[in-house]
Amino acid sequence: MLKLSQINKLFNEATPDEKIALDQINLTLNPGDFMTVIGSNGAGKSTMLNMISGALTPDFGEIEIANKNVTKMPEYKRSQMIGRVFQDPMAGTAPTMTIEENLAMAYSRNKKRRLKNGVDNKRRELFRTSLETLHLNLENRLNAKVGMLSGGERQALSLLMATFTQPSILLLDEHTAALDPSRAELITNLTKQLVEKDRLTTLMITHNMQQALDLGNRLIMMDKGQIILEIEAEEKKKLTIAKLMDEFQRIRGEKLTSDKALLSV
Amino acid sequence: MFSAMFGSVEQGIIYAIMALGVYLSFRVLDFPDLTVDGSFVTGAGVAATMIVLGYHPAAATAVAIVIGFLAGCVTGFLHTKGKINALLSGILMMIALYSINLRIMGLTSENSIGRPNIPLLNAETIFIQFQTFWSSLGIDSNINHFFSMMGVQYLPSTWGTLFIMIIIVLLIKFIVDWFLKTEVGLAIRATGDNKKMIRSLSANTDTLVIVGLGFSNALVAFSGALIAQYAKFADIGMGIGMIIIGLASVIIGEAVFGTKTILRTTFAVIAGAIIYRIVLGLALRVDLLDTGDMKLITAVIVICALILPQYIEKRREKNRKAKRHAERQMEHEHLLLREGNAIAKAQSD
Repeated sequence: MLKLSQINKLFNEATPDEKIALDQINLTLNPGDFMTVIGSNGAGKSTMLNMISGALTPDFGEIEIANKNVTKMPEYKRSQMIGRVFQDPMAGTAPTMTIEENLAMAYSRNKKRRLKNGVDNKRRELFRTSLETLHLNLENRLNAKVGMLSGGERQALSLLMATFTQPSILLLDEHTAALDPSRAELITNLTKQLVEKDRLTTLMITHNMQQALDLGNRLIMMDKGQIILEIEAEEKKKLTIAKLMDEFQRIRGEKLTSDKALLSV
Repeated sequence: MFSAMFGSVEQGIIYAIMALGVYLSFRVLDFPDLTVDGSFVTGAGVAATMIVLGYHPAAATAVAIVIGFLAGCVTGFLHTKGKINALLSGILMMIALYSINLRIMGLTSENSIGRPNIPLLNAETIFIQFQTFWSSLGIDSNINHFFSMMGVQYLPSTWGTLFIMIIIVLLIKFIVDWFLKTEVGLAIRATGDNKKMIRSLSANTDTLVIVGLGFSNALVAFSGALIAQYAKFADIGMGIGMIIIGLASVIIGEAVFGTKTILRTTFAVIAGAIIYRIVLGLALRVDLLDTGDMKLITAVIVICALILPQYIEKRREKNRKAKRHAERQMEHEHLLLREGNAIAKAQSD
């Protein structure tokens, strides 16, 4: 479903600040794969996601989505096939517009936008039944402005909007990191539920090791722009946090002490 | 007094179309578009030129709208594809239009290329054409008869202009309301609200900005074309400060009538344009002030419109909080009293 081959990206190239953001990344996701991505800050996780979504273009390398080479396709066109949820709950919704208007925009993602009423009665029913699956009582607040919702509610709505049109790829960029523990758990469960419902091919960045182990069938660890560890289905089921830490130490020959706070247990 | 007010209302309704255009760019797209100062004159100039050249006034107005749309698109193009700052791309288009407008109006003159003004004294206009139909209905005399019975002395010569303008403005309001609820309209609103988000929902924000600014300036040019026909002249300087007048209308309207829904906001903007004209009309009646002071008065009105709502909102909030606090205190005391009574009752039992 998704194939990255030989992706390279440098920032501030040929200056003293040069930084290798991505170094020869190769990655393949099969349809229905749910991969979690862990790694310390600056490892290149978000850069990789931005590369897939089209917000950044690779210096070298190719990206394929659903057997189509999208390396040069502009971000807005690629978005037809990609659902995204950002870390910032403010980023995924339009605050001055209502819940149903936000959903209507997500509904138009893989269609041509026309001079046709965005919210009609038929769509409103569809939005209502979809919102019911969130169990947040948002289905009765269709005309509330999204700016009035709490961070958790907004993130749940963003998640619904991202998965609404069953995209080829779902990209989740630390989408629970800005929420309190109980809200984060709610969103984690919702993620599981929505991804399983449509068997969406998903790539999720997280700093929460437990979440990385609980969700998905594959896991990769990144460091300094490289994928240093890949763990597949059967192996992942047996994985524990301690094992993961040991593995990192073995590969990198250094302790994870300074990052312990970030890779929260 | 009555006739002066009447003129203000008539003009206010025509300028309301321009204010709706400014609302689209400034509020909906969140794009401070200074093209307005130029595209207003473009609308006026195109309409006046075509009327003088013998075209039907309706056709002249229609062409003015199209040219206004194109002018807005160019500004959008400069900003999105040329990556020029929003304010700067508007200003660039504004000064470019100054020369273009001179050339457009110059088409009416045989011995010069540019022309700074065109009088339309005896020319056909939309309003004159409507007037012939309107007078045949004989409504004017009825209304004026009614008002003179009420004791109003200086009556306007016709109600027809007001009538046709109300219909046109309401029509435009409904079109804008409808447009902003369509799939394209929703995407344009989201572009002004959260670009990153709507791009992740596969909308081409560049195209949306270009189309949005085109639509906005089409309305501005439409307003310019009507003002030229109403005032019976087009002048190269008539657009100076137009963006400020548009902004004043939007801000006054929003402050007075609120912005709860789109329907309400567009109504507020129209009403704001009329209120602005009335305030300006009243200010000009003060003997000390001269017509040359108009721009100064405009600036003062806008400054007031920007500052007063903040002040009023602060006062309101203070009152609201005080009231709610008092209520809660009452409830609290009430509760204590009830508990006290219950205890007393229990003890007496």
